[in-house]
Amino acid sequence: MSETKHTPLFDKHLEAGGKMVDFAGWEMPINYGSQVTEHKQVREDAGMFDVSHMVVLDFKGDNVKTFLQYLLANDVAKLKDQGKALYSGMLNHNGGVIDDLIVYYLADDFYRMVVNAATRENDLKWINQQADSFNIEINERDDLSMIAVQGPNAREKVISLLSNDSAEKAGALKPFFGVALDDLFIARTGYTGEDGFEIIVPNEQATDLWDKLLSKGVMPIGLGARDTLRLEAGMNLYGTDMDESISPLAAGMGWTVAWEPVSGEEHRDFIGRSVIEKEREEGSAMKLVGLVLEDKGVLRGHQKVITTQGDGEITSGTFSPSLGVSIALARIPSAAKESCHVEIRGKQLRSRIVSPPFVRNGKALV
Amino acid sequence: MSNENPNDLRYTQTHEWLRDNGDGTYAVGITDHAQGLLGDVVYVELPELETQLNAEENCGVIESVKAASDMYSPLEGEVTEVNEALDGEPELINSAPFGEGWIFSIKPANIEDIEELMDADQYEAFYQE
Repeated sequence: MSETKHTPLFDKHLEAGGKMVDFAGWEMPINYGSQVTEHKQVREDAGMFDVSHMVVLDFKGDNVKTFLQYLLANDVAKLKDQGKALYSGMLNHNGGVIDDLIVYYLADDFYRMVVNAATRENDLKWINQQADSFNIEINERDDLSMIAVQGPNAREKVISLLSNDSAEKAGALKPFFGVALDDLFIARTGYTGEDGFEIIVPNEQATDLWDKLLSKGVMPIGLGARDTLRLEAGMNLYGTDMDESISPLAAGMGWTVAWEPVSGEEHRDFIGRSVIEKEREEGSAMKLVGLVLEDKGVLRGHQKVITTQGDGEITSGTFSPSLGVSIALARIPSAAKESCHVEIRGKQLRSRIVSPPFVRNGKALV
Repeated sequence: MSNENPNDLRYTQTHEWLRDNGDGTYAVGITDHAQGLLGDVVYVELPELETQLNAEENCGVIESVKAASDMYSPLEGEVTEVNEALDGEPELINSAPFGEGWIFSIKPANIEDIEELMDADQYEAFYQE
C-alpha cells in the first residue's frame, strides 16, 4: 500500500492538538479533544473542517454536459445558473451507487465535481473509462485544498475575511451556489445541516486561510463530529449507508434521480437507468429510514433491526449530541412503519422509525 | 491533562481500577488513560446487583460517541452496588474517572486475588510500553 498522505493543513492539526487517525490513506484529525464539544460548536457558532482529502475534478470540453448527463443519475441540465450545484449519485450498470458527489456548473464547457476521498481511485478509473468516447478533458486538482466552514455564524465570519467586492459576492450566494473569487472558490454547501461555506483554496494558501479563520474564532472540528453532524442532518455516508451493491432507491437517494428530462431536453439514458427503472416500477424491497432509540443505549452500524415486515440493518448509528438520544440510519423493509426493535447485545430495544433529517439549522426535527 | 493514577488503587491490563471501600467491598472504575482513549462517554450499561462475576468476565459496556467498549471484572466476586449517577451523567467517567465516575462495587470471593493486580507504577509502565 502507499504511504500515509497528509493534507497541507497537517501541521495545523497537530498545533491544535488533533488526535490523528487513518482515513482512506490520509492521516486526519478524529477530534481535537472532545467530539461532543466540537459538534456543539458547529450547531451553535462556527467550526471548520479540513476536507482537503476530498477530490476536486474539473471537466472541460464541448461535450461535458452530454457526458455528465450520461454519467450521473441526477441531471446537470437542471443547472441553468452559473455556480449552481447539484447532488448526485454515480451508478454502475447494475444501478449500484459507485459514489455520491456534488457537481457545479461553471460554464457550458466547464463543470467541477467533488467526490469522496475513499473512492478516489475507483471513481477516477470509472469516470475515465466512461469518458473515453466523449473527447473531454478531466483534471484532478491536487493543487487545491478544501476547508468547510459550518455553523450559524460561519458565513459572517468567512465574509469578514474577504475584500469588499468578494465579500459582497460571497454574501449574495444562495444555498447550493458557488462562485470563484480570485484564487478561491466559495460555495454555500456543506455536510452538517447548518449554513456555511465550503472553500476551495490553492494548497499554498490553505494554512493562511486556516489561521485567519482561527483568529475569527472558527474552531477546528474533527472527522468524529463531522460524522455525528452529518448523521443528525440525515446525510448519507458513502461506504456505510450505500455502496456499489445498493441502488439509490434503497439508499434514500430516490429524490436525486432525474427520471424526466428537463424541459426542452431529450430523454436521458444515464448509466444504471434501466435497472433502477425496473426497481421503481416494481417497488423497492428496502428503504433507508431514520431511527430514534427509545430505550437506553447506542445504535451502531450493522445492528439488526426487527420489524413486523421483516428484518433490516442499521447502516450508521451514533449518539446524537444535539438530541441527547441515540439515532441511526437503517435499511429496512419498505412496508415497515412507525416502530421497530433493534438488537443490541442480545436485547431488543424499542426504536421509532422517522424520516430524516433529525436536526437542521440547530433545531430538532424528530 | 494528565490525571495521575492514584497510588492506593490496583489496576488491570484492561484499564479498570479497584479501590478498597473499607467494608469488604471494592469500587471499580476505568482509568483516566482509558477514558481518554474512549472519548466522550454517552452511555454506561451497568452490571446488575448481586451478579456473580468471574475474573476478566465481561460485566458491562461503556459507549462513547465513537464506539462501544466492553468492561471486565478485575476479579471474582459479587456485585454489591452500582453507580446509578452514571445513568443521568455518563460523562462523569470522563471528568472524574477515579472519583465520581466509579462504576460498580464488588465483594471479592478471594481477598488475596487483589495482590495479583498491578499497582500504579506497574500499570503506568504497562500502558506506556
